[in-house]
Amino acid sequence: MSSKEWPLWEVFIRSQHGLAHKHVGSLHAPDAEMAINHARDVYTRRNEGLSIWVVRAADIVASSPGDKEPLFEPANSKVYRHPTFFPMPDDIKHM
Amino acid sequence: MYAQLVETGIRQVRSADALTGREQVFQRRIDDGVRVEPKDWMPDAYRRTLVRQISQHAHSEIVGMLPEGNWITRAPTLKRKAILLAKVQDECGHGLYLYSAAETLGASRDDLLQALHAGRAKYSSIFNYPTLTWADIGMIGWLVDGSAIINQIPLCRCSYGPYARAMVRVCKEESFHQRQGYDLLIQMCRHGTPEQKEMCQDALDRWWWPALMMFGPPDADSPNSAQSMQWRIKLFSNDELRQKMVDQTVPQAEYLGLRIPDPDLAWNAARGHYDFGAIDWDEFHAVLRGDGPCNRERLAARVRAHEDGAWVREALAAHAGKRERRAAA
Repeated sequence: MSSKEWPLWEVFIRSQHGLAHKHVGSLHAPDAEMAINHARDVYTRRNEGLSIWVVRAADIVASSPGDKEPLFEPANSKVYRHPTFFPMPDDIKHM
Repeated sequence: MYAQLVETGIRQVRSADALTGREQVFQRRIDDGVRVEPKDWMPDAYRRTLVRQISQHAHSEIVGMLPEGNWITRAPTLKRKAILLAKVQDECGHGLYLYSAAETLGASRDDLLQALHAGRAKYSSIFNYPTLTWADIGMIGWLVDGSAIINQIPLCRCSYGPYARAMVRVCKEESFHQRQGYDLLIQMCRHGTPEQKEMCQDALDRWWWPALMMFGPPDADSPNSAQSMQWRIKLFSNDELRQKMVDQTVPQAEYLGLRIPDPDLAWNAARGHYDFGAIDWDEFHAVLRGDGPCNRERLAARVRAHEDGAWVREALAAHAGKRERRAAA
């Protein structure tokens, strides 16, 4: 048997409160089924979740920290995208 | 603490002028409280030190299962057995969170485990002491997990994101560990027989000093602290945390009616803290060197567990390989 390490999986859990799946951590497992079993044992021992997603870490494509400015800077100057940019007169309700 | 004497390789913290441009930017981000994330640039020494610290912490969680696992089959009631099982399972989970955090720095879990099994990696001195009676299980929860909480709560704010996030999860669970230990001691000390209370006193006599040693050597003999604090992977000094532990624990011992085995322990109104006696640092260093009461036994048990589990890991990998080949065919 080779000493090849089991692949790394990223784990996402949806909690009871009707929220989206949220990244909670990672673990090693030989296949997807075992990854879910391990995720159950490692990340949901206290009713933290109703649903588990596991994704091979190698399959995740991430933006790089160096791209932070070109990717996110343009949003900084667009304050009009926020509702608070538009002050409403006191007399106007329900808006 | 769970990580003791973590080598930074740096004896003299450099002033801002002596740092390179990238190092200055890095340090400024840390000073501003911005978290470092895995893909960010970081100095090699920061990365190496963190791998050492986090893996040592992980190893402590894993080896820490052994002294308590010793009592799972002998727990006095089914309720206590279920609680202890859950606690030991948590420790295993804590080890996994921490190995994952170390892996984000480019370390491999197999390599880290190999270093532990070969005796090249340290784990906390505290787990080299034996659990002789059931009262020891209470002492570990109360004193050892109690000390761990004092150390780990500040680490939830440390500079490295994955480590800080792992600590948040760990701290949530650790509180159960401390309380189950103290609850067990309340039962024995306040509702039990005189013999049971005596058993608790004996356990406290044996665990008190090793628990204080968990925080690591005195600040004056802690050559790595300055750099670790500048990097915010250590937020309070060993002596500060140790004092906090003593101050918190003395009234808890009084409630149990137990005597802390330190004739020099006394409230110092001027300082607003308890004074306490000198710690036997020779014992601490001997335990770290491998000459504690249980070092060899602990390491042997860990290696045996790993080797005995090899066939399971191999079978799972073979099964996964077979299914992958079938799916491809």
